[in-house]
Amino acid sequence: MNEPVHPAVLSAGRTEIRVHEADFDVGREIAALRAGNAGIGAVASFIGVCRDLNDGDQVAELVLEHYPGMTEKALAKIADEARARWDLIDILIVHRVGRMLPTDQIVLVVVTSAHRGESFAACEFLMDYLKTQAPFWKKEQTPEGSRWVDARATDDAAAQRWN
Amino acid sequence: MLNILYFARLKETLGQGAERIDLPAGVTDVAGLTAWLRARGGAWEQELASTRPVRVAVNQDMARGDTRVNDGDEVAFFPPVTGG
Repeated sequence: MNEPVHPAVLSAGRTEIRVHEADFDVGREIAALRAGNAGIGAVASFIGVCRDLNDGDQVAELVLEHYPGMTEKALAKIADEARARWDLIDILIVHRVGRMLPTDQIVLVVVTSAHRGESFAACEFLMDYLKTQAPFWKKEQTPEGSRWVDARATDDAAAQRWN
Repeated sequence: MLNILYFARLKETLGQGAERIDLPAGVTDVAGLTAWLRARGGAWEQELASTRPVRVAVNQDMARGDTRVNDGDEVAFFPPVTGG
């Protein structure tokens, strides 16, 4: 059997965290993450999308606020936590802020690993932790006016099952 | 000086996103600073009431009531997060 040429280089991964207003292209993001890395055997991704209905009311638009500096720091910490739990190659987290409309993409999490088990689990873990730990706040525009979205107990429960 | 930040609903109801204050005499931790701000009355008393689910971060790390607050710190107050 042939030995891989530079196994350490081929399987070296990266953590990338981005918070911005601009939309993202999922295909392009995944292609860039995988580019040239033959050590990757699995890619798991999650895309959070803006719906037109929440708590029984029509949502015309969403405005996402964040805490510049702390948000990126919190996401990096969550990514470190995932790496400590699973054998991962890459982690990409892209979260949009500002104004969004129903059907718009809000968040992208992509995890790569040698085998699928790690990617699947880490991707879900990252989203559960992001929803309860990273400083983002949603404000919805409904027919009754605008309102801040309340945190959900179900999100806390989802994050706690990883403890 | 303390750099105090407010986000989301707190920013709106308190009418400001940031303020700089001298570290109040006797304030050594998050609970002390919160009580000091609450004593301003009005919206401060309401929004920072102990029954409200307010989160606090010191220098961009999540804090608790007994987290120390020192001169020069950045202290942020905000509601539970709702991203994703």
